[in-house]
Amino acid sequence: MPRAGTGTGGINMLLDISRGALRYSPIAILLIVWELLGATGLISRQMLPGLGEIFGELVAAVVSGDLLYNCARSLMRAGSGLLCAVVVGIVAGLLMASFRPLRLLINPIVQIFYPMPKSALIPVVMIWLGLGDASKILLIFLGCLLPVVVGTYNGARGINPFMIWSARSLGASKLEVIHEIVLPGAMPEILNGVRTALAFSFILMVSSEFLIATDGVGYMISSLGDGGIYPAMFAVIFFVAGIGFLADRIYAAFARRQLAWREA
Amino acid sequence: MATVQATSRGSLKAKRATPRIAPDRLVDITVQAGVIVVLCLAWEFGARVGAINPFLLPSLSDVLARIWADAMSGTVFVDLGLTLYRTLAGFLIAAALGIPIGVLMARSATVRWFFDPLISVGFPMPKIAFLPIFILWFDIYDTSKIIMVTFSCFFPIVAATYAGTTGQDKWPIWSARALGAREHEILWEVRLPLALPQILTGLQVALPVGMITTIVTEMLMGGRGVGGSMIMAGRFADSVGVFAGIVEIVFLGFAVVRSLEMLRARLLVWHPEARK
Repeated sequence: MPRAGTGTGGINMLLDISRGALRYSPIAILLIVWELLGATGLISRQMLPGLGEIFGELVAAVVSGDLLYNCARSLMRAGSGLLCAVVVGIVAGLLMASFRPLRLLINPIVQIFYPMPKSALIPVVMIWLGLGDASKILLIFLGCLLPVVVGTYNGARGINPFMIWSARSLGASKLEVIHEIVLPGAMPEILNGVRTALAFSFILMVSSEFLIATDGVGYMISSLGDGGIYPAMFAVIFFVAGIGFLADRIYAAFARRQLAWREA
Repeated sequence: MATVQATSRGSLKAKRATPRIAPDRLVDITVQAGVIVVLCLAWEFGARVGAINPFLLPSLSDVLARIWADAMSGTVFVDLGLTLYRTLAGFLIAAALGIPIGVLMARSATVRWFFDPLISVGFPMPKIAFLPIFILWFDIYDTSKIIMVTFSCFFPIVAATYAGTTGQDKWPIWSARALGAREHEILWEVRLPLALPQILTGLQVALPVGMITTIVTEMLMGGRGVGGSMIMAGRFADSVGVFAGIVEIVFLGFAVVRSLEMLRARLLVWHPEARK
């Protein structure tokens, strides 16, 4: 009995692995093409370093602690900017949806600044706060704020008014309604807005570090590039891309759990 | 009797409905316009009175005077034109690649097999990190900027198109087939219109991303364009120049995003969403 169980388990695992291998084989194909282009000399090694070399540089950068230190610095900035944006954005969006005077006050500001590409603020925060952490945190905060505000506002406005009226008639205060009805009801759109903000936080983190920084992964990439140490530059770029990918995946799992109580 | 009452009540409602909504909206619009005017005045006089350090926030009139001077010498139009050209060129190439690939992914298992993992891995990555690679490969001029913008815009467009064209309602397609439509006719007349709302949403996600990317590439590589001029002004501590760039970019972003919204409304006149 246990042998049969492990047997089918083994076969299932083999099937899973081969299915996964088939699914991700295009990535392997691209990597092989990458290697071949370099190995045959069609593209110079300078332009397209070998994968082994890149991996070696990645390991070296991790072991020396350089990469992890810079990564922690970057993520600290992105995280604090994003966190402030989420808190302020959700509160502002809920208030906008619940109180008309505030809506009239905030809406025109949101309308004007929402379509503006937030990377244009990089020189502004540089003038305001210099080259330190504060300027990048402010930039990420401002860049992530509006997607959260707009998501929360749209989610809160889309709630069936009968729910709010019912809660009110059952004696809920306005704040209780916001907390018990509006916030959970708007949650899917809030989570969507935060996901957009998460992507923006990475874009702004890396691009602000390219331009104004003395540490962080973006600074590492641009200084390695300026120094012509291309294998290491590729290694850090792939590492950053992987971190961004992981952050999105973790967030998606978190969002699914948050919405587990909703039907379907 | 009942009908008379009903019609009279109906007409009463209709009569009251129009003037009743209008003042409400009028108040909305005036208050919101008022907010903008007050903000502009606060900006202008905050700097003049000395509440705000004029270096940190130069007064609005100084900024507008700078834009006017630059407009007279033509640099504003060169900057805005270059930024717009790079954004739109990259965006349109991404759409020209992304929409067909998205449709093919929904139609062909081979194409899906090849692109699905690449897109699910590539979509959430911060594409801007790859910018130094594109600089290395394609130098610092327009080519690498436009390719970078294309690369950033491609993923949202292809993902939205694939989501829109896959799992479509079978009845309209069967009906078209029963009426004798050929495959390519079904594609143009049924599948693409059914997917159009989602494709447009993908484009609306991609365009702001493309603008962010354009500005960053310009800032990083220098040269003309709004981003390049702004970072130059920032490096020389020319705060009037920086804010002139901000005002220009707010206008450009607003115009571009609004045009795409208008295009959506125009293309989806037939769709239930237009009735709202």
